[in-house]
Amino acid sequence: MSEPSRIDCDIHNEIPTLETLYPYLPDHWLDYCRESAFNGPDAADYPETVPTSARTDSSPKPDLAEVQSRALEGVEIGILNCAYRVQSVRNEDLAASLATAVNQWQVEHWLDKEPRLRASIVVPSHNPPLAAREIDRWGDNPGFVQVILPVRAEAPYGNRRYDPIYAAAVKHDLALGIHYGGAPGHPPTPTGWPSYFIEDYANMAQIFQSQVISLVCEGAFERFPSLRVALIEGGFTWLPSLMWRIDKEWKGLRHNTPYVRRPPSEYMRTHLRFTIQPLDAPPNPLHLAQILDQCGAEDLLLYASDYPHSHDDHEILLDLLTVDQRNKICTANARAFYRL
Amino acid sequence: MTAHLDSAATLESGPATKDRTNGHDANQPSASIQQGARYRAPLDTAIIDTDIHIYFPTHDVLRSYLDERWQDYHRTFGPRGFDGSHYPRAMPNAARHDAWPGDGTPPGSNLPLLQKQLLDEWNIEIGVLNPLVGAGEQRNLAFGAAFARATNEWQLAEWLEPEPRLRASIIVPWEDGQLSAAEIERWGSHPGFVHALLIARTKEPLGRRKYWPMYEAASRHDVPIAIHFGGAGGAPITGSGYPNHYIEDHGGMPQTFQAQVISLIFEGVFNEFPTLKFVLIEGGFAWIPPLLWRMDSAWRKLGSEVPHVTEPPSQLFRRHFWVSTQPMEEPFQPGQFRQLLGHLDMDDRLLFATDYPHWDFDAPDRAFPVPLDKTRRRKFMAENARALYKL
Repeated sequence: MSEPSRIDCDIHNEIPTLETLYPYLPDHWLDYCRESAFNGPDAADYPETVPTSARTDSSPKPDLAEVQSRALEGVEIGILNCAYRVQSVRNEDLAASLATAVNQWQVEHWLDKEPRLRASIVVPSHNPPLAAREIDRWGDNPGFVQVILPVRAEAPYGNRRYDPIYAAAVKHDLALGIHYGGAPGHPPTPTGWPSYFIEDYANMAQIFQSQVISLVCEGAFERFPSLRVALIEGGFTWLPSLMWRIDKEWKGLRHNTPYVRRPPSEYMRTHLRFTIQPLDAPPNPLHLAQILDQCGAEDLLLYASDYPHSHDDHEILLDLLTVDQRNKICTANARAFYRL
Repeated sequence: MTAHLDSAATLESGPATKDRTNGHDANQPSASIQQGARYRAPLDTAIIDTDIHIYFPTHDVLRSYLDERWQDYHRTFGPRGFDGSHYPRAMPNAARHDAWPGDGTPPGSNLPLLQKQLLDEWNIEIGVLNPLVGAGEQRNLAFGAAFARATNEWQLAEWLEPEPRLRASIIVPWEDGQLSAAEIERWGSHPGFVHALLIARTKEPLGRRKYWPMYEAASRHDVPIAIHFGGAGGAPITGSGYPNHYIEDHGGMPQTFQAQVISLIFEGVFNEFPTLKFVLIEGGFAWIPPLLWRMDSAWRKLGSEVPHVTEPPSQLFRRHFWVSTQPMEEPFQPGQFRQLLGHLDMDDRLLFATDYPHWDFDAPDRAFPVPLDKTRRRKFMAENARALYKL
């Protein structure tokens, strides 16, 4: 049997340098960037030289030619997730102009040149009304299928302050993608700043867990019943444990949040999807099969290479799947989720 | 498949909560609870309860254990912590409604009531006291040290001496490693004190070097370090800011425990202190297997940053950590709980806990969502704790 086609839900297109954006910036901000020696957002969530940022034979910031030759083989559609952290630029107006520039660059250098690609709208999500305006700017361009937010923000994403973003996303029938990283200024753990990058990396999964709790328990899916959220590059093997925990919490504490009308795990299954990289798999394939079964993963997972980032191989997962499950995870789930 | 005792089960019916809140005097036991006797499954193992909470009955009792200077300080300035990050609990003092002594003092402050409701009621062989009094969260570290010492003296005089079934925690001012080490030195050889008690949300991740003098003293006395649910260290309670609701605070605590485990392992604590033991209390445990898988995967890719970590993080975790059971995650199907125990692979490390007098109390006969075989029952209910604490 030939390898089935895949929809790759996580390919990275990063801004090479701030100068890349100069042609797209208004004069005021162009002058500001030149005069201030501003180098762009300083979020250090993917230092270019650490081993997870690129494979041995790839660039940490691949250009279109590299993505075409290395990441699109056998791929029907690839979804670009630009991780440019405009949210860590404190000046919200500059952040908004940078976001517009990034999105214009994505259209000209990626979407217009490669019909297999789709992109994610970068927004200044620390100012939700400005972010909503950016979504409105691109929402009718069929090349954009998603609004991308870093998993680390100033407040958890269930907070109503973000509603303008969700209203705009829903209006344009766009998915929301919550992605590894972000630099909101406060510590990446509930207990302060760790010493090492490996800790930031390992801790990122907990922040995804916090976001799931927030989106469900603060009622985002009740306020926006058609909101659909992809959790990208945060792992998924923790999902059963989180479902069990929060369902039990809800039994005891649901009188605190009466608008959460169904067991939290039901919202998770209905509204959330998870990319498969990093896999964070158990060493025993039987245990991985049990995890998949516990959360109904065949309907929740989205195939992703996370090119050019480097994690463990995901063949251990694909090898466990039936043909039907494999089709769901490799194409059908993404096709439905992203309206492809 | 819930495993709550009657009071919590009643809360789950929703409207009952309202009835009880209306006109309920929090200092008086609820009449409906007093009638609430239910069938109890016979237990065929000993029970050691590794998480019991006690509190000072009044400020005056605490002050009676402080010297004059700190009495005056406490009276004038009171306890001062990292304000602004506490959530109102679901109910007064996060306590079972029937645990109020009825004389104006808080739940967990009255030995005869604790004996009656917990030790006698459930035939608890040994119970470990974890006083959550806030001594370690004081910004004034010298006061924190005096507060910790006072709490330890109080545990000895008013709980351990009158009740031989109880064991105590060494309370430490954890944000200062040296002061904490001194407090561990003071009590580390006393058989009544079985671990040093920290809280999950410390000011910095617990692997950071400022905490190491405390670990040095704990290693010397072979005293485990217990990390308990809760706390306020000044950082937002998620890596993405403050949520709105108590359910997120309470339900999100495993994320804090995960951050502490990651820190302790990757910052090299176990290289420096190869015999040090940690007990994670009231954090649940279903999150542990996926965390171990993620840490092992991260270590395979990024281990060069932490060359002192010379073996897989999962191996370090299984060697150095013990975990209490309450509040345990409850899978959708009973078989999944057994799968979880298989993934965890730590049958010798789970420690039964009730969390008395808190609202999410686990009753010994209903705590586990599936029947366990006799070997596991014996280990989880008592024998693992007996071995760890040398009881």
